[in-house]
Amino acid sequence: MITTKDLTKVYTSRGGRTTALRGVDLHVREGEVYGVVGTSGAGKSTLIRCVNMLERPSSGTVTVDGVELTALPGTEQRAGRELRAARQRIGMVFQHFNLLASRTVQQNVELPLEIRGLDRTARRRRAGELLELVGLADKAQSYPKQLSGGQKQRVGIARALAGDPRVLLSDEATSALDPQTTRSILQLLRRLNQELGLTVLLITHEMDVIKSVCDSAALMREGRIVEAGPLTELIATDGSALARELFPLSEFGAGHGGSTVVEVTFQGDSSGRPFISQLARTYQIDLNILGAAVETIGGRQVGRMRVELPGSHQDNVVPIGYLREQGLQVDVLTENGTLA
Amino acid sequence: MTWDEMQPLLQDATVETLQMVGIATLVTLLVGLPLGVLLVLTDKGGLLQNRPVNKVVGAIVNVGRSLPFVILLVALIPFTRWVVGTSIGWQAATVPLAIGAIPFYARLVETAVRGVDGGLVEAVHAMGGSTWAVVRKVLLPESLPALLSALTTTVIALIGYSATAGTVGGGGLGNLAITYGYMRFETGFMVVIVIELVLLVTLLQLVGDFLSKRLDHS
Ligand SMILES: Nc1ncnc2c1ncn2[C@@H]1O[C@H](COP(=O)(O)OP(=O)(O)OP(=O)(O)O)[C@@H](O)[C@H]1O
Ligand SMILES: [Mg+2]
Repeated sequence: MITTKDLTKVYTSRGGRTTALRGVDLHVREGEVYGVVGTSGAGKSTLIRCVNMLERPSSGTVTVDGVELTALPGTEQRAGRELRAARQRIGMVFQHFNLLASRTVQQNVELPLEIRGLDRTARRRRAGELLELVGLADKAQSYPKQLSGGQKQRVGIARALAGDPRVLLSDEATSALDPQTTRSILQLLRRLNQELGLTVLLITHEMDVIKSVCDSAALMREGRIVEAGPLTELIATDGSALARELFPLSEFGAGHGGSTVVEVTFQGDSSGRPFISQLARTYQIDLNILGAAVETIGGRQVGRMRVELPGSHQDNVVPIGYLREQGLQVDVLTENGTLA
Repeated sequence: MTWDEMQPLLQDATVETLQMVGIATLVTLLVGLPLGVLLVLTDKGGLLQNRPVNKVVGAIVNVGRSLPFVILLVALIPFTRWVVGTSIGWQAATVPLAIGAIPFYARLVETAVRGVDGGLVEAVHAMGGSTWAVVRKVLLPESLPALLSALTTTVIALIGYSATAGTVGGGGLGNLAITYGYMRFETGFMVVIVIELVLLVTLLQLVGDFLSKRLDHS
């Protein structure tokens, strides 16, 4: 649904040149919620702004819903007619909502429809439906300043949906909101994704956002995507930094000297099997469980357990192999608790 | 002079002042508003970035603003005569008044429009809006309270200018003050005229502030 190929972006300003994107290949499938995380300055905002061409990439291509936007004429300040038409099919929500203070809630939602040239009755009907959808029908005649942050973002979402977009872009849409409001906005996005088949690309710096609504995720660092894929695959990838952040166990003990600590990750069907007791019985080992957690990530149950095995890594090659044969993911940690 | 003598003179002069200020305000709005918006749009990084246009318009506005009004009044006599056919009377005064107020208002408009949050412009771009849509749906409506305050300031400045214009044959309250209050030493009449001007300005400011506040939803 959204594809970028070898996307680069270099900002030139008086202070010099900043390379914000260094060859980004993003692939967002139709109907999924895709999250991008990364540290501040990694290029997340630049990437999402390149997707609807608010920012013109320096090189590379952007294709949304089959239309190659980078091929359409226009400049950053002034988009050509075709690009403007394409943008009407791409909704966007903003961290600071960007609602017009001079307009009521209903008039704000009508704005994209005015731009599309719909008549007054059609606009009014559509705005009513959208406000109903986001649960704000009773606030239609209020002004944005009379709303809470969460309500403002609901208006922002209703407005973004006005043009019946196939794609919704969201740059830190919940970063200005408290945790509870964040949760309700994320639930709304998830619902829209499921009910309308909307493809959502969202930027966030909170792992919790990825964990609770995303199907897939990408990790950005210094203008590059360093890891990407469906969450369920990422969790199953050895040494995945995203998986480790999504599912940290660092607060658990690191074991004693002379032993081997492993982390076992299991998901879906394997979570029901008593592999620990089987391991202990089969190999006659005294296992020490240092910690365990089970969470729902990307709609699936995922568990992780930190286990201490007596003896060095060498001594434990066979039991570890046994666990891997069971379809479990096993990461071996050193004594100080970091990845071997 | 008795009140009965003053009253008809005052009434005529007030009507003249309101007429010239009213017409000059209208012209100022029609020319100054687009000019101010143009200054923002053509500036570096603006939606219609255009260095030459921006420099030329900016220079004209600066010259217009730095000329003392009396100089403008005299310098424009040939132009005024060409436009209204005469260089005396309140009709003639409208021309230098408007010319003097246009650059003044244009700068105020520029400042007001620059105050609009860039995020809103971006939001309209993201929904597929054109530059014209940005101007009409965002820049003007969002800065409306500030544009109105700026207009109030301009109208009050115009009343001041109109008194100056009156002193050199422009009609209105300024003319009355000079011909009676100054040249015929009617100090009492002068005081009455000054009081009327103060009341007029105060009233305009109050109405302007009230409307501006009513329109402000931010
Ligand atoms: N308009 C601009 N002009 C110049 N440099 C810019 C511009 N916008 C962003 N940058 C630079 O590009 C890099 C990436 O910025 P970007 O805003 O995409 O980061 P981000 O990942 O969104 O960060 P954050 O989490 O803080 O929002 C940064 O080094 C930033 O300073
Ligand atoms: Mg950002």
